[in-house]
Amino acid sequence: MRVWEALVVGVVLALLIGGGVMVASIGAGLAVLVGILALSVASLWFLRRRFRAWRYLERAEDLVVVRGVMLRRLSVVPYGRMQYVDVTAGPVERLFGLATVKLHTAAAASDARVPGLEPAEAARLRDQLARLGEAKAAGL
Amino acid sequence: MPIEVAPEGWQRLHPLSPVVRSSRTLAAIAVLAVVDAAQARHGNPLNLAVYGAVIVFGLVAGVIAWLVTRWRLESDALHIETGLLRRDSRRLPIDRIQAVDLVRPFLGRILGLAELRIRLAGADGSRGRLSYLTEADARQLRARLLAAHHGLDQATPPPPERMLLSVPSGRLLASVATSFLGSSAGVLAVVALVLSITVPSALAVVFGSSFSLLFALGGGIWRRVTSEYRFTAAAAPDGLRLRAGLFQTVAETIPAGRIQAVRMVEPLLWRPFGWRRVIVDVAGGTANRRGRTSGGGQVSRALLPVGRAADAELVLDRVLGDHRVELTRPPRRARLKAPLGYHFLASGYDQRHAVTVNGRLQRTTCWVPLEKVQSVRRLQGPVQRRLRVSSVHLDTAGRSVRAVLRDRDQSEADAAVEQLAELSRAARALPTDRAIPPARPPVGSVQ
Repeated sequence: MRVWEALVVGVVLALLIGGGVMVASIGAGLAVLVGILALSVASLWFLRRRFRAWRYLERAEDLVVVRGVMLRRLSVVPYGRMQYVDVTAGPVERLFGLATVKLHTAAAASDARVPGLEPAEAARLRDQLARLGEAKAAGL
Repeated sequence: MPIEVAPEGWQRLHPLSPVVRSSRTLAAIAVLAVVDAAQARHGNPLNLAVYGAVIVFGLVAGVIAWLVTRWRLESDALHIETGLLRRDSRRLPIDRIQAVDLVRPFLGRILGLAELRIRLAGADGSRGRLSYLTEADARQLRARLLAAHHGLDQATPPPPERMLLSVPSGRLLASVATSFLGSSAGVLAVVALVLSITVPSALAVVFGSSFSLLFALGGGIWRRVTSEYRFTAAAAPDGLRLRAGLFQTVAETIPAGRIQAVRMVEPLLWRPFGWRRVIVDVAGGTANRRGRTSGGGQVSRALLPVGRAADAELVLDRVLGDHRVELTRPPRRARLKAPLGYHFLASGYDQRHAVTVNGRLQRTTCWVPLEKVQSVRRLQGPVQRRLRVSSVHLDTAGRSVRAVLRDRDQSEADAAVEQLAELSRAARALPTDRAIPPARPPVGSVQ
Protein backbone atom coordinates (compact mmCIF):
# COMPACT_ATOMS: atom_id res chain seq x y z
CA MET A 1 0.00 0.00 0.00
CA ARG A 2 2.05 2.88 -1.36
CA VAL A 3 -0.40 5.47 -0.05
CA TRP A 4 0.51 4.95 3.56
CA GLU A 5 4.13 4.58 2.66
CA ALA A 6 4.11 8.03 1.08
CA LEU A 7 2.21 9.62 3.93
CA VAL A 8 4.48 8.21 6.61
CA VAL A 9 7.61 9.22 4.72
CA GLY A 10 6.18 12.69 4.03
CA VAL A 11 5.22 13.40 7.64
CA VAL A 12 8.52 12.11 9.03
CA LEU A 13 10.51 14.13 6.46
CA ALA A 14 8.44 17.24 7.15
CA LEU A 15 8.97 16.98 10.90
CA LEU A 16 12.68 16.27 10.62
CA ILE A 17 13.63 18.92 8.07
CA GLY A 18 11.08 21.48 9.25
CA GLY A 19 12.22 20.97 12.82
CA GLY A 20 15.83 21.32 11.75
CA VAL A 21 15.22 24.60 9.95
CA MET A 22 13.02 25.83 12.81
CA VAL A 23 16.05 25.81 15.06
CA ALA A 24 17.49 28.53 12.84
CA SER A 25 14.34 30.46 12.02
CA ILE A 26 10.79 29.59 12.99
CA GLY A 27 9.16 31.17 9.90
CA ALA A 28 11.32 29.35 7.37
CA GLY A 29 10.90 26.14 9.30
CA LEU A 30 7.13 26.41 9.17
CA ALA A 31 7.22 27.14 5.42
CA VAL A 32 9.36 24.06 4.78
CA LEU A 33 7.08 21.95 6.96
CA VAL A 34 3.95 23.05 5.13
CA GLY A 35 5.65 22.64 1.74
CA ILE A 36 6.71 19.07 2.40
CA LEU A 37 3.31 18.17 3.82
CA ALA A 38 1.64 19.59 0.69
CA LEU A 39 4.03 17.61 -1.50
CA SER A 40 3.30 14.40 0.34
CA VAL A 41 -0.44 14.97 0.03
CA ALA A 42 0.00 15.54 -3.72
CA SER A 43 2.09 12.41 -4.13
CA LEU A 44 -0.53 10.62 -2.07
CA TRP A 45 -3.08 11.57 -4.69
CA PHE A 46 -0.83 10.34 -7.49
CA LEU A 47 -0.05 7.10 -5.72
CA ARG A 48 -3.67 6.50 -4.97
CA ARG A 49 -4.51 6.81 -8.64
CA ARG A 50 -1.57 4.61 -9.56
CA PHE A 51 -2.60 2.02 -7.04
CA ARG A 52 -6.24 2.07 -8.11
CA ALA A 53 -5.26 1.48 -11.73
CA TRP A 54 -3.41 -1.69 -10.79
CA ARG A 55 -5.48 -4.77 -11.63
CA TYR A 56 -4.80 -8.39 -12.35
CA LEU A 57 -6.84 -11.14 -13.92
CA GLU A 58 -6.21 -14.86 -13.77
CA ARG A 59 -7.33 -16.41 -17.01
CA ALA A 60 -7.32 -20.03 -18.06
CA GLU A 61 -3.95 -19.88 -19.80
CA ASP A 62 -2.31 -16.67 -18.70
CA LEU A 63 -2.12 -13.95 -16.09
CA VAL A 64 -3.03 -10.44 -17.18
CA VAL A 65 -1.73 -7.44 -15.25
CA VAL A 66 -2.90 -3.91 -16.05
CA ARG A 67 -1.23 -0.88 -14.50
CA GLY A 68 -0.31 2.74 -14.99
CA VAL A 69 -2.22 5.99 -15.23
CA MET A 70 -0.11 8.08 -17.58
CA LEU A 71 1.70 5.19 -19.22
CA ARG A 72 -0.82 2.40 -19.44
CA ARG A 73 0.61 -1.08 -19.49
CA LEU A 74 -1.00 -4.43 -20.00
CA SER A 75 1.06 -7.61 -19.67
CA VAL A 76 -0.04 -11.07 -20.69
CA VAL A 77 2.19 -13.76 -19.19
CA PRO A 78 1.35 -17.35 -20.12
CA TYR A 79 1.58 -19.71 -17.15
CA GLY A 80 3.68 -22.03 -19.27
CA ARG A 81 6.38 -19.39 -19.60
CA MET A 82 6.74 -18.77 -15.90
CA GLN A 83 10.10 -19.58 -14.38
CA TYR A 84 9.38 -18.79 -10.75
CA VAL A 85 7.14 -16.72 -8.52
CA ASP A 86 8.42 -14.32 -5.87
CA VAL A 87 6.52 -13.12 -2.86
CA THR A 88 8.27 -10.17 -1.23
CA ALA A 89 7.32 -7.83 1.58
CA GLY A 90 9.38 -4.72 2.25
CA PRO A 91 9.59 -3.14 5.71
CA VAL A 92 6.72 -0.71 5.13
CA GLU A 93 4.64 -3.36 3.41
CA ARG A 94 5.19 -5.59 6.44
CA LEU A 95 4.16 -2.74 8.70
CA PHE A 96 0.77 -2.82 7.02
CA GLY A 97 0.69 -6.58 6.58
CA LEU A 98 0.96 -6.59 2.78
CA ALA A 99 3.01 -8.43 0.16
CA THR A 100 4.01 -8.20 -3.52
CA VAL A 101 3.77 -11.12 -5.92
CA LYS A 102 6.13 -11.06 -8.89
CA LEU A 103 6.18 -13.41 -11.86
CA HIS A 104 9.50 -14.12 -13.56
CA THR A 105 9.93 -15.40 -17.10
CA ALA A 106 13.09 -15.98 -19.11
CA ALA A 107 12.65 -12.53 -20.65
CA ALA A 108 14.08 -9.64 -18.69
CA ALA A 109 11.37 -7.32 -19.99
CA SER A 110 8.36 -9.32 -18.83
CA ASP A 111 6.66 -7.21 -16.25
CA ALA A 112 4.04 -8.89 -14.13
CA ARG A 113 4.04 -7.61 -10.58
CA VAL A 114 1.10 -7.33 -8.25
CA PRO A 115 1.83 -5.23 -5.14
CA GLY A 116 -0.21 -4.56 -2.01
CA LEU A 117 -1.85 -7.94 -1.59
CA GLU A 118 -3.11 -9.33 1.71
CA PRO A 119 -0.75 -12.14 2.79
CA ALA A 120 -3.47 -14.76 2.41
CA GLU A 121 -4.29 -13.63 -1.13
CA ALA A 122 -0.58 -13.38 -1.97
CA ALA A 123 -0.03 -16.95 -0.81
CA ARG A 124 -3.07 -18.18 -2.73
CA LEU A 125 -1.95 -16.42 -5.90
CA ARG A 126 1.59 -17.76 -5.53
CA ASP A 127 0.42 -21.34 -5.05
CA GLN A 128 -2.08 -21.07 -7.87
CA LEU A 129 0.55 -19.66 -10.25
CA ALA A 130 3.13 -22.24 -9.24
CA ARG A 131 0.62 -25.04 -9.79
CA LEU A 132 -0.50 -23.76 -13.17
CA GLY A 133 3.09 -23.06 -14.20
CA GLU A 134 4.03 -26.64 -13.48
CA ALA A 135 1.03 -28.01 -15.33
CA LYS A 136 1.65 -25.97 -18.46
CA ALA A 137 5.42 -25.67 -18.43
CA ALA A 138 7.08 -25.26 -21.81
CA GLY A 139 10.77 -25.35 -22.61
CA LEU A 140 12.70 -22.47 -24.01
CA MET B 1 46.48 -40.31 -32.39
CA PRO B 2 43.04 -41.87 -32.13
CA ILE B 3 40.80 -41.02 -29.21
CA GLU B 4 39.99 -44.14 -27.26
CA VAL B 5 36.77 -44.86 -25.48
CA ALA B 6 37.85 -46.97 -22.57
CA PRO B 7 36.82 -47.02 -18.94
CA GLU B 8 40.33 -46.06 -17.95
CA GLY B 9 40.75 -43.83 -20.97
CA TRP B 10 41.76 -40.71 -19.13
CA GLN B 11 43.57 -38.31 -21.37
CA ARG B 12 45.62 -35.23 -20.74
CA LEU B 13 45.48 -31.99 -22.63
CA HIS B 14 48.31 -31.14 -24.95
CA PRO B 15 51.60 -30.47 -23.09
CA LEU B 16 51.95 -27.03 -24.69
CA SER B 17 48.59 -25.92 -23.28
CA PRO B 18 50.05 -23.80 -20.43
CA VAL B 19 52.14 -21.84 -22.90
CA VAL B 20 49.22 -21.10 -25.21
CA ARG B 21 46.90 -20.31 -22.35
CA SER B 22 49.21 -17.83 -20.68
CA SER B 23 50.64 -16.40 -23.89
CA ARG B 24 48.56 -13.22 -23.73
CA THR B 25 49.35 -12.53 -20.09
CA LEU B 26 53.01 -13.29 -20.63
CA ALA B 27 53.15 -10.93 -23.58
CA ALA B 28 51.53 -8.18 -21.52
CA ILE B 29 53.97 -8.70 -18.67
CA ALA B 30 56.89 -8.70 -21.08
CA VAL B 31 55.73 -5.39 -22.57
CA LEU B 32 55.35 -3.94 -19.08
CA ALA B 33 58.83 -5.12 -18.15
CA VAL B 34 60.37 -3.59 -21.27
CA VAL B 35 58.60 -0.27 -20.71
CA ASP B 36 59.67 -0.28 -17.11
CA ALA B 37 63.28 -1.08 -17.99
CA ALA B 38 63.34 1.66 -20.63
CA GLN B 39 62.08 4.19 -18.13
CA ALA B 40 64.54 3.18 -15.45
CA ARG B 41 67.23 3.34 -18.16
CA HIS B 42 69.93 1.45 -16.30
CA GLY B 43 67.54 -1.32 -15.48
CA ASN B 44 66.39 -1.86 -11.95
CA PRO B 45 67.45 -5.39 -11.04
CA LEU B 46 64.76 -5.62 -8.36
CA ASN B 47 61.98 -4.84 -10.84
CA LEU B 48 63.31 -7.31 -13.36
CA ALA B 49 63.47 -9.93 -10.65
CA VAL B 50 59.82 -9.25 -9.78
CA TYR B 51 58.75 -9.58 -13.42
CA GLY B 52 60.77 -12.75 -13.78
CA ALA B 53 59.18 -14.18 -10.67
CA VAL B 54 55.69 -13.35 -11.94
CA ILE B 55 56.41 -15.04 -15.27
CA VAL B 56 57.90 -18.12 -13.63
CA PHE B 57 55.00 -18.29 -11.18
CA GLY B 58 52.49 -18.05 -14.02
CA LEU B 59 54.21 -20.82 -15.96
CA VAL B 60 54.43 -23.07 -12.90
CA ALA B 61 50.74 -22.49 -12.16
CA GLY B 62 49.94 -23.32 -15.77
CA VAL B 63 51.94 -26.52 -15.65
CA ILE B 64 50.25 -27.56 -12.40
CA ALA B 65 46.85 -26.84 -13.92
CA TRP B 66 47.85 -28.98 -16.88
CA LEU B 67 49.08 -31.79 -14.61
CA VAL B 68 45.85 -31.99 -12.63
CA THR B 69 43.50 -31.76 -15.62
CA ARG B 70 42.31 -34.87 -17.38
CA TRP B 71 39.33 -35.84 -19.47
CA ARG B 72 37.74 -38.90 -20.95
CA LEU B 73 34.93 -39.70 -23.30
CA GLU B 74 32.39 -42.10 -21.89
CA SER B 75 29.53 -43.68 -23.76
CA ASP B 76 26.99 -41.10 -22.59
CA ALA B 77 29.05 -38.20 -21.28
CA LEU B 78 32.26 -36.27 -21.51
CA HIS B 79 34.02 -36.23 -18.17
CA ILE B 80 36.45 -33.43 -17.31
CA GLU B 81 38.38 -33.28 -14.04
CA THR B 82 40.50 -30.34 -13.04
CA GLY B 83 41.76 -28.34 -10.08
CA LEU B 84 44.55 -28.92 -7.57
CA LEU B 85 43.11 -27.68 -4.28
CA ARG B 86 39.46 -27.60 -5.29
CA ARG B 87 38.79 -30.59 -7.47
CA ASP B 88 36.21 -29.93 -10.11
CA SER B 89 34.81 -33.02 -11.74
CA ARG B 90 32.32 -32.28 -14.45
CA ARG B 91 30.25 -34.70 -16.46
CA LEU B 92 28.74 -33.23 -19.57
CA PRO B 93 25.84 -35.47 -20.66
CA ILE B 94 26.05 -35.92 -24.39
CA ASP B 95 22.32 -35.76 -24.99
CA ARG B 96 22.16 -32.27 -23.48
CA ILE B 97 24.88 -30.83 -25.69
CA GLN B 98 23.76 -27.76 -27.57
CA ALA B 99 26.83 -27.09 -29.62
CA VAL B 100 30.52 -27.78 -29.77
CA ASP B 101 32.70 -24.85 -30.77
CA LEU B 102 36.26 -24.99 -31.96
CA VAL B 103 38.41 -22.02 -30.97
CA ARG B 104 41.93 -21.54 -32.19
CA PRO B 105 43.90 -18.65 -30.71
CA PHE B 106 46.75 -17.14 -32.67
CA LEU B 107 49.55 -19.01 -30.92
CA GLY B 108 47.42 -22.15 -30.99
CA ARG B 109 47.16 -21.91 -34.75
CA ILE B 110 50.93 -21.66 -35.05
CA LEU B 111 51.37 -24.71 -32.84
CA GLY B 112 48.42 -26.59 -34.35
CA LEU B 113 46.33 -26.58 -31.18
CA ALA B 114 42.64 -25.88 -30.71
CA GLU B 115 40.25 -25.40 -27.82
CA LEU B 116 36.96 -27.26 -27.67
CA ARG B 117 34.03 -25.52 -26.01
CA ILE B 118 31.03 -27.63 -25.22
CA ARG B 119 27.80 -25.79 -24.61
CA LEU B 120 24.94 -27.42 -22.78
CA ALA B 121 21.31 -26.44 -22.50
CA GLY B 122 20.77 -24.65 -19.24
CA ALA B 123 22.13 -21.92 -17.09
CA ASP B 124 25.44 -20.12 -17.25
CA GLY B 125 28.52 -22.07 -16.32
CA SER B 126 27.12 -25.38 -17.50
CA ARG B 127 29.74 -25.77 -20.12
CA GLY B 128 33.02 -27.47 -20.57
CA ARG B 129 36.18 -26.45 -22.26
CA LEU B 130 39.16 -28.49 -23.24
CA SER B 131 42.11 -26.23 -23.89
CA TYR B 132 44.09 -27.36 -25.72
CA LEU B 133 44.05 -30.42 -27.93
CA THR B 134 45.78 -30.95 -31.22
CA GLU B 135 43.56 -29.79 -34.02
CA ALA B 136 42.98 -33.24 -35.45
CA ASP B 137 42.00 -34.55 -32.02
CA ALA B 138 39.67 -31.64 -31.41
CA ARG B 139 37.90 -32.19 -34.72
CA GLN B 140 37.64 -35.88 -34.09
CA LEU B 141 36.28 -35.39 -30.59
CA ARG B 142 33.74 -32.89 -31.86
CA ALA B 143 32.58 -35.30 -34.54
CA ARG B 144 32.24 -38.05 -31.94
CA LEU B 145 30.30 -35.88 -29.51
CA LEU B 146 27.92 -34.66 -32.18
CA ALA B 147 27.42 -38.12 -33.64
CA ALA B 148 26.66 -39.52 -30.19
CA HIS B 149 24.34 -36.61 -29.53
CA HIS B 150 22.25 -37.57 -32.55
CA GLY B 151 22.13 -41.16 -31.39
CA LEU B 152 24.63 -42.46 -33.90
CA ASP B 153 27.69 -44.52 -33.30
CA GLN B 154 30.51 -42.33 -32.05
CA ALA B 155 32.72 -43.35 -34.93
CA THR B 156 30.33 -41.87 -37.51
CA PRO B 157 32.09 -39.26 -39.59
CA PRO B 158 30.72 -35.71 -39.33
CA PRO B 159 27.74 -34.92 -41.57
CA PRO B 160 28.28 -32.98 -44.77
CA GLU B 161 28.01 -29.23 -44.79
CA ARG B 162 26.78 -27.04 -47.56
CA MET B 163 28.56 -23.74 -47.90
CA LEU B 164 26.03 -20.93 -47.82
CA LEU B 165 28.07 -17.79 -48.11
CA SER B 166 31.30 -16.05 -47.27
CA VAL B 167 32.04 -12.40 -46.70
CA PRO B 168 34.86 -10.93 -48.84
CA SER B 169 37.49 -9.12 -46.78
CA GLY B 170 37.16 -5.94 -48.81
CA ARG B 171 33.47 -5.74 -48.13
CA LEU B 172 34.00 -6.35 -44.40
CA LEU B 173 36.59 -3.58 -44.17
CA ALA B 174 34.42 -1.17 -46.15
CA SER B 175 31.40 -1.99 -44.04
CA VAL B 176 33.28 -1.43 -40.79
CA ALA B 177 34.61 1.87 -42.10
CA THR B 178 31.07 3.02 -42.92
CA SER B 179 29.54 1.60 -39.74
CA PHE B 180 28.73 3.81 -36.80
CA LEU B 181 32.02 2.98 -35.09
CA GLY B 182 34.12 3.52 -38.18
CA SER B 183 32.46 6.72 -39.33
CA SER B 184 32.54 8.34 -35.91
CA ALA B 185 36.21 7.43 -35.52
CA GLY B 186 36.84 8.98 -38.95
CA VAL B 187 34.97 12.19 -38.10
CA LEU B 188 36.81 12.45 -34.81
CA ALA B 189 40.19 11.92 -36.47
CA VAL B 190 39.47 14.54 -39.15
CA VAL B 191 38.31 17.09 -36.57
CA ALA B 192 41.41 16.49 -34.47
CA LEU B 193 43.63 16.81 -37.56
CA VAL B 194 42.02 20.05 -38.76
CA LEU B 195 42.14 21.55 -35.30
CA SER B 196 45.77 20.64 -34.79
CA ILE B 197 46.75 22.20 -38.16
CA THR B 198 44.78 25.41 -37.75
CA VAL B 199 45.53 25.88 -34.07
CA PRO B 200 48.88 24.17 -33.46
CA SER B 201 48.93 25.27 -29.84
CA ALA B 202 45.75 23.29 -29.17
CA LEU B 203 47.32 20.09 -30.46
CA ALA B 204 48.10 18.65 -27.05
CA VAL B 205 44.65 19.47 -25.66
CA VAL B 206 42.80 18.08 -28.68
CA PHE B 207 44.92 14.98 -28.81
CA GLY B 208 44.66 14.43 -25.08
CA SER B 209 40.89 14.79 -24.96
CA SER B 210 40.07 12.69 -28.00
CA PHE B 211 42.73 10.08 -27.41
CA SER B 212 40.79 7.88 -25.03
CA LEU B 213 37.71 8.07 -27.24
CA LEU B 214 39.72 7.22 -30.34
CA PHE B 215 41.34 4.41 -28.42
CA ALA B 216 37.98 2.96 -27.44
CA LEU B 217 36.60 3.31 -30.98
CA GLY B 218 39.74 1.80 -32.41
CA GLY B 219 39.43 -1.11 -30.02
CA GLY B 220 35.85 -1.72 -31.13
CA ILE B 221 36.80 -1.57 -34.79
CA TRP B 222 39.76 -3.85 -34.22
CA ARG B 223 37.62 -6.43 -32.42
CA ARG B 224 35.00 -6.33 -35.11
CA VAL B 225 37.48 -6.78 -37.94
CA THR B 226 39.53 -9.49 -36.25
CA SER B 227 36.51 -11.47 -35.06
CA GLU B 228 34.56 -11.31 -38.33
CA TYR B 229 37.43 -11.58 -40.81
CA ARG B 230 36.96 -14.30 -43.41
CA PHE B 231 33.47 -15.08 -42.19
CA THR B 232 31.81 -18.12 -43.69
CA ALA B 233 28.46 -19.73 -42.98
CA ALA B 234 27.66 -23.32 -43.85
CA ALA B 235 24.47 -25.31 -43.43
CA ALA B 236 24.72 -28.60 -41.56
CA PRO B 237 21.87 -30.88 -40.48
CA ASP B 238 22.16 -29.70 -36.87
CA GLY B 239 22.33 -26.00 -37.54
CA LEU B 240 24.42 -23.27 -39.04
CA ARG B 241 28.20 -23.53 -38.87
CA LEU B 242 29.89 -20.16 -38.60
CA ARG B 243 33.61 -19.68 -39.00
CA ALA B 244 35.52 -16.45 -38.70
CA GLY B 245 38.64 -14.82 -37.31
CA LEU B 246 41.85 -13.13 -38.28
CA PHE B 247 44.24 -14.15 -35.51
CA GLN B 248 42.00 -16.29 -33.37
CA THR B 249 39.56 -18.33 -35.40
CA VAL B 250 36.28 -19.59 -34.02
CA ALA B 251 34.12 -22.29 -35.57
CA GLU B 252 30.74 -22.39 -33.91
CA THR B 253 27.35 -23.87 -34.52
CA ILE B 254 24.08 -22.02 -34.15
CA PRO B 255 21.79 -24.90 -33.26
CA ALA B 256 18.53 -25.07 -35.17
CA GLY B 257 15.47 -24.61 -33.00
CA ARG B 258 17.28 -22.59 -30.34
CA ILE B 259 16.86 -19.22 -32.00
CA GLN B 260 14.86 -16.74 -29.95
CA ALA B 261 14.81 -13.85 -32.37
CA VAL B 262 16.53 -12.59 -35.49
CA ARG B 263 17.36 -8.98 -36.29
CA MET B 264 18.32 -7.47 -39.59
CA VAL B 265 20.02 -4.09 -39.35
CA GLU B 266 20.51 -1.63 -42.22
CA PRO B 267 22.58 1.38 -41.10
CA LEU B 268 22.20 4.62 -43.03
CA LEU B 269 25.65 4.55 -44.62
CA TRP B 270 25.26 0.97 -45.78
CA ARG B 271 22.07 1.65 -47.68
CA PRO B 272 23.75 2.90 -50.89
CA PHE B 273 25.51 -0.48 -51.10
CA GLY B 274 22.41 -2.45 -50.17
CA TRP B 275 24.25 -4.05 -47.25
CA ARG B 276 22.69 -5.44 -44.14
CA ARG B 277 23.69 -7.31 -41.01
CA VAL B 278 21.80 -10.26 -39.55
CA ILE B 279 22.05 -11.05 -35.84
CA VAL B 280 20.47 -13.89 -33.88
CA ASP B 281 19.68 -14.36 -30.22
CA VAL B 282 20.19 -17.89 -28.98
CA ALA B 283 18.94 -19.37 -25.73
CA GLY B 284 21.20 -20.79 -23.07
CA GLY B 285 24.12 -19.44 -21.10
CA THR B 286 26.82 -19.43 -23.67
CA ALA B 287 28.61 -16.18 -22.94
CA ASN B 288 31.94 -17.78 -23.60
CA ARG B 289 33.66 -15.10 -25.59
CA ARG B 290 35.16 -12.72 -23.12
CA GLY B 291 35.37 -9.14 -24.19
CA ARG B 292 32.47 -9.27 -26.58
CA THR B 293 30.88 -5.90 -27.06
CA SER B 294 27.43 -7.26 -26.39
CA GLY B 295 28.11 -7.49 -22.66
CA GLY B 296 27.77 -10.10 -19.96
CA GLY B 297 25.46 -13.02 -20.45
CA GLN B 298 24.41 -11.84 -23.85
CA VAL B 299 24.12 -14.51 -26.49
CA SER B 300 23.82 -12.77 -29.79
CA ARG B 301 25.78 -13.75 -32.84
CA ALA B 302 26.14 -12.21 -36.25
CA LEU B 303 24.80 -14.69 -38.78
CA LEU B 304 25.91 -12.37 -41.50
CA PRO B 305 28.37 -9.58 -40.60
CA VAL B 306 27.60 -7.74 -43.82
CA GLY B 307 25.92 -8.86 -47.00
CA ARG B 308 23.50 -8.10 -49.77
CA ALA B 309 19.77 -8.75 -49.67
CA ALA B 310 20.19 -12.16 -51.31
CA ASP B 311 22.73 -13.25 -48.66
CA ALA B 312 20.38 -12.12 -45.90
CA GLU B 313 17.50 -14.04 -47.48
CA LEU B 314 19.68 -17.12 -47.59
CA VAL B 315 20.47 -17.16 -43.87
CA LEU B 316 16.97 -16.05 -42.89
CA ASP B 317 15.49 -18.90 -44.90
CA ARG B 318 17.86 -21.24 -43.19
CA VAL B 319 17.10 -20.22 -39.60
CA LEU B 320 13.45 -19.18 -39.85
CA GLY B 321 12.01 -21.17 -42.71
CA ASP B 322 9.27 -19.31 -44.48
CA HIS B 323 9.61 -15.88 -42.94
CA ARG B 324 7.68 -13.67 -45.35
CA VAL B 325 4.95 -11.98 -43.39
CA GLU B 326 2.64 -9.37 -44.74
CA LEU B 327 3.45 -6.07 -43.05
CA THR B 328 1.00 -3.29 -42.41
CA ARG B 329 1.72 0.34 -41.56
CA PRO B 330 0.48 2.15 -38.48
CA PRO B 331 -2.26 4.77 -39.04
CA ARG B 332 -1.08 8.07 -40.48
CA ARG B 333 -1.91 9.98 -37.31
CA ALA B 334 0.96 8.11 -35.60
CA ARG B 335 3.25 10.41 -37.58
CA LEU B 336 2.60 13.07 -34.96
CA LYS B 337 4.04 10.85 -32.26
CA ALA B 338 6.93 9.45 -34.32
CA PRO B 339 7.69 12.11 -36.96
CA LEU B 340 11.03 10.58 -37.93
CA GLY B 341 10.50 6.93 -37.16
CA TYR B 342 7.21 6.75 -39.04
CA HIS B 343 9.06 6.45 -42.34
CA PHE B 344 9.89 2.74 -42.00
CA LEU B 345 7.46 1.81 -39.24
CA ALA B 346 5.60 -1.39 -40.06
CA SER B 347 4.69 -4.66 -38.43
CA GLY B 348 2.73 -7.82 -38.94
CA TYR B 349 2.36 -11.40 -37.82
CA ASP B 350 1.13 -14.74 -39.04
CA GLN B 351 0.84 -18.21 -37.53
CA ARG B 352 4.55 -18.58 -36.95
CA HIS B 353 6.33 -15.25 -36.78
CA ALA B 354 5.85 -11.70 -35.73
CA VAL B 355 7.83 -9.17 -37.75
CA THR B 356 8.49 -5.56 -36.84
CA VAL B 357 10.32 -2.80 -38.68
CA ASN B 358 11.58 0.16 -36.64
CA GLY B 359 14.24 2.84 -36.77
CA ARG B 360 15.02 5.69 -39.12
CA LEU B 361 18.80 6.07 -39.33
CA GLN B 362 19.26 2.39 -38.72
CA ARG B 363 16.38 0.42 -40.11
CA THR B 364 15.92 -2.68 -37.99
CA THR B 365 13.72 -5.59 -38.95
CA CYS B 366 13.03 -8.09 -36.22
CA TRP B 367 11.61 -11.60 -36.52
CA VAL B 368 10.33 -13.43 -33.46
CA PRO B 369 9.21 -17.06 -33.80
CA LEU B 370 5.91 -17.10 -31.93
CA GLU B 371 6.72 -20.26 -30.00
CA LYS B 372 9.58 -18.35 -28.34
CA VAL B 373 7.48 -15.47 -27.05
CA GLN B 374 7.71 -15.20 -23.26
CA SER B 375 5.10 -12.55 -22.67
CA VAL B 376 3.06 -10.00 -24.56
CA ARG B 377 2.70 -6.41 -23.37
CA ARG B 378 0.69 -3.48 -24.57
CA LEU B 379 1.93 0.02 -23.70
CA GLN B 380 0.22 3.31 -24.20
CA GLY B 381 1.76 6.63 -23.24
CA PRO B 382 -0.12 9.92 -22.84
CA VAL B 383 0.58 11.09 -26.40
CA GLN B 384 -0.34 7.72 -27.81
CA ARG B 385 -3.62 7.81 -25.89
CA ARG B 386 -4.50 11.13 -27.45
CA LEU B 387 -3.76 9.68 -30.89
CA ARG B 388 -5.61 6.44 -30.11
CA VAL B 389 -2.58 4.24 -30.84
CA SER B 390 -0.61 1.83 -28.69
CA SER B 391 2.46 -0.36 -28.99
CA VAL B 392 2.62 -4.10 -28.51
CA HIS B 393 5.88 -5.54 -27.17
CA LEU B 394 6.89 -9.17 -27.59
CA ASP B 395 9.37 -10.32 -24.96
CA THR B 396 11.81 -13.11 -25.67
CA ALA B 397 14.50 -14.60 -23.48
CA GLY B 398 17.52 -12.35 -23.54
CA ARG B 399 17.78 -8.61 -23.55
CA SER B 400 18.96 -7.27 -26.84
CA VAL B 401 16.08 -7.93 -29.20
CA ARG B 402 13.08 -5.67 -28.85
CA ALA B 403 10.23 -6.69 -31.08
CA VAL B 404 7.74 -3.85 -30.86
CA LEU B 405 4.66 -3.49 -33.01
CA ARG B 406 4.85 0.25 -32.62
CA ASP B 407 2.01 2.76 -32.72
CA ARG B 408 -0.74 0.49 -33.96
CA ASP B 409 -4.32 1.59 -33.98
CA GLN B 410 -5.82 1.07 -30.54
CA SER B 411 -8.43 -1.53 -31.46
CA GLU B 412 -5.91 -3.28 -33.68
CA ALA B 413 -3.41 -3.42 -30.79
CA ASP B 414 -6.04 -4.82 -28.44
CA ALA B 415 -6.81 -7.55 -30.93
CA ALA B 416 -3.09 -8.16 -31.54
CA VAL B 417 -2.43 -8.74 -27.82
CA GLU B 418 -5.16 -11.36 -27.67
CA GLN B 419 -4.22 -13.00 -30.94
CA LEU B 420 -0.49 -13.03 -30.29
CA ALA B 421 -1.02 -14.61 -26.88
CA GLU B 422 -3.28 -17.18 -28.49
CA LEU B 423 -1.05 -17.80 -31.53
CA SER B 424 2.09 -18.15 -29.46
CA ARG B 425 0.37 -20.70 -27.25
CA ALA B 426 -0.72 -22.64 -30.32
CA ALA B 427 2.80 -22.40 -31.76
CA ARG B 428 4.27 -23.72 -28.52
CA ALA B 429 1.93 -26.68 -28.49
CA LEU B 430 2.85 -27.70 -32.04
CA PRO B 431 5.81 -29.96 -32.58
CA THR B 432 8.04 -27.50 -34.35
CA ASP B 433 9.71 -28.43 -37.60
CA ARG B 434 12.53 -26.12 -36.62
CA ALA B 435 13.82 -28.65 -34.13
CA ILE B 436 16.98 -30.54 -34.96
CA PRO B 437 16.08 -33.00 -37.71
CA PRO B 438 16.93 -36.65 -37.11
CA ALA B 439 20.44 -37.29 -38.27
CA ARG B 440 20.66 -39.18 -41.49
CA PRO B 441 23.57 -41.42 -42.28
CA PRO B 442 26.21 -39.02 -43.49
CA VAL B 443 27.90 -39.42 -46.80
CA GLY B 444 31.11 -37.47 -46.64
CA SER B 445 32.65 -34.70 -44.69
CA VAL B 446 33.72 -31.17 -45.32
CA GLN B 447 36.08 -29.70 -42.81
